[in-house]
Amino acid sequence: MQTKISISNLDFFYGKVQALHGISLEIPEREVVAFIGPSGCGKSTFIRTLNRMNDTIPGARVEGEVIIDGENIYAAGTDVVALRRKVGMVFQKSNPFPKSIFDNVAYGIKINGIHSNKTDLKDRVENALRNAALWEEVKDRLNMSAFGLSGGQQQRLCIARALAVEPEVVLMDEPASALDPIATQKIEELVVELKRNYTIVIVTHNMQQAARVSDRTAFFMLGKLIEFNRTDKVFQNPDEKLTEDYITGRFG
Amino acid sequence: MDHRIIDQQLDHLRDKILLLGGATEQAVQRAMQSLVERDSELAKQVLEEDKIIDQMELEIDRLSIEIIALQQPAAHDLRFVISVAKITPILERIADHAGSIAEAAIILNNEPHTKNYVDFPIMAQTATEMLRSALDAFTSEDAALSREIIERDRLIDEAYRRVFSELLEMMIDNPAATTGAAHLLFVAKHLERIGDYVKDICELNVYLREAAFIKHRYGSPTPPSE
Amino acid sequence: MGSATTLFGRRRRLTNTLMTSLTAICAIFATAILLLIVSYIAVRGISSLSFEFLVGTPKPVGEGGGIGNAIAGSAMMTLLAAVIGLPVGIAAGIYLAEYGRNWFGNTVRFIADTLIGIPSIIIGIFVYTLVVLPMGRQSGLAGGLALAIIMLPIVARTTEEMIRLVPNSMREGALALGAPQWRVSLNIVLPAAASGIATGAMLAIARVTGETAPLLFTALNSRFYNLYYDQPMSSLTVQIFNYATGPFEVEHAMAWAATLILVGLILLINILVRFVTRKRF
Repeated sequence: MQTKISISNLDFFYGKVQALHGISLEIPEREVVAFIGPSGCGKSTFIRTLNRMNDTIPGARVEGEVIIDGENIYAAGTDVVALRRKVGMVFQKSNPFPKSIFDNVAYGIKINGIHSNKTDLKDRVENALRNAALWEEVKDRLNMSAFGLSGGQQQRLCIARALAVEPEVVLMDEPASALDPIATQKIEELVVELKRNYTIVIVTHNMQQAARVSDRTAFFMLGKLIEFNRTDKVFQNPDEKLTEDYITGRFG
Repeated sequence: MDHRIIDQQLDHLRDKILLLGGATEQAVQRAMQSLVERDSELAKQVLEEDKIIDQMELEIDRLSIEIIALQQPAAHDLRFVISVAKITPILERIADHAGSIAEAAIILNNEPHTKNYVDFPIMAQTATEMLRSALDAFTSEDAALSREIIERDRLIDEAYRRVFSELLEMMIDNPAATTGAAHLLFVAKHLERIGDYVKDICELNVYLREAAFIKHRYGSPTPPSE
Repeated sequence: MGSATTLFGRRRRLTNTLMTSLTAICAIFATAILLLIVSYIAVRGISSLSFEFLVGTPKPVGEGGGIGNAIAGSAMMTLLAAVIGLPVGIAAGIYLAEYGRNWFGNTVRFIADTLIGIPSIIIGIFVYTLVVLPMGRQSGLAGGLALAIIMLPIVARTTEEMIRLVPNSMREGALALGAPQWRVSLNIVLPAAASGIATGAMLAIARVTGETAPLLFTALNSRFYNLYYDQPMSSLTVQIFNYATGPFEVEHAMAWAATLILVGLILLINILVRFVTRKRF
């Protein structure tokens, strides 16, 4: 098991308030790691530190290290744009651009200058849509507005958009929480399929989802990492009593 | 803290299996009593009550599956439901063996009394005590006690071997007593099987407590995931 | 079922009907006033409309004349105002929305809000002092400038508001793909806010088209077609003012007609706004 991301003693502050306390863990390559925990426990804040999306929040401060492929992404002079290409993100509420389906997926490719010519661009868009299990449903209406898709399809479009820039890690912040059960199932199947080629980190408030799709599970509470273990261990015999109390529904 | 939806159902399940355990204990104890005291009426009662035990097993099966399907139990709750689901058929089989002992008692009671054998009562006593302790250990999730009970099964096995040779000798010495002795042999076998089943119950007790499967392991216990 | 027929149910239904009717009456009232004004203007002014009226210049009383130069003048000064006010205003709005969360941004915002509240006649006096006096005469330039100053803070603030309305989730989506901030503002935010910004711009134009006071000191008026900015320039609003306050009945009639034209123009601009900014994506 190769480590893709290594987090060391991560502290995170919103101004004076400390949201994450001394988080340390290793995210293995090409596995799915799920983050669970009650509302406000810091799991969303944490996942956003992995691609420095918290930089956009005024007053946000990070101490500690996040090392991806041997480099600390918080070191001075880090190319944040390149980082975000390598570490993609899918959000809780799907956020397609007010453009056509094709242009949505093509956007990332174009601004990063990945494609070589028009045909290459088309191929890449098709690949991304296939990888997101959306191609068959949209191949005949690529020029229509992205907003014409259903919620579940929009979310898969956002996944395709993220995959189009060829990331190595895909972060998913509660990707299915706004979707109905069938759409959720499709997303979950997709996650399991994607881990063959990508490292996936998924935040979810649905424990059963974490149990279904992840290889390892991390339990957060009040900004601290309580337990990080193989998923089957966490759900059959967790090490920490707090973890057991949470997954058996004794609080939050 | 203990007012989750699942708690009510788990308590329900616990009540049912304890009832089943009690009924099984009673069946074994009464079956042996009907043999030793030559009480065929008691034996018939045991056979009647076995039907109730069968119903209890079905009830517990239904309830455990329902809990798994609807409540998605995790960690300790999960291990509890699994343990109950696996212990229940064991108890039912123990009760079946008790029934077979009762049947043998009825037949033997029609025969002239054969000599009491030293080891028989010891076997019977050990078996019933082991069963009682095993059910206590299940209730209190006592893994240490469970392991100890597993050791005690050796005593039953040894007693069985002795009874076996004694009865064999008896059949050779006194051919008229062969029928009686043969039935007694089967009774001894039933008791020995009951001992083995109690051992299985104890292994599940350890799983419930420690999440370790010690079944089929001839050394140290292994946790379910490494 | 039950509640509609019980005592309380009946009372509730009555209240509901009452309130609905009241609000409907208010709505009708508001619309009716507008219709009344427009139709009154139309009735009073339609008789004086003619081709001569639309292209001619003012003549001595009794000889007819028109407001052609006034329409041209208004157009020219509004154009100048737009050329200055729109780019600067939109750029300021973008800055305020995307980068202006600091003391500087707050100061600019405060100044803009204050400017919007200043009576336009004062803007006129301001431009008079700064431009007309040094130049030695009134001019279309000064008029256009005054209108630009009025337009600028309006455009800036509406642009800012429209950009703020673009959901942050859209920005984050682009950032997460590896887009630098400037690209996000340009490719994603601006197009998404475009229709809102256009609406704000056109409404600002419609607003300044109807201004009179600032033009009084700065552009004055003229009886001729004037195609140069350095001379006094006629405008529709000032001309209406003149006609309306003149002593002759025939002038009043022309005032009504000119008003009709002005209202028609503003209506046209609004319709144009609606058409251009209809939702496509």
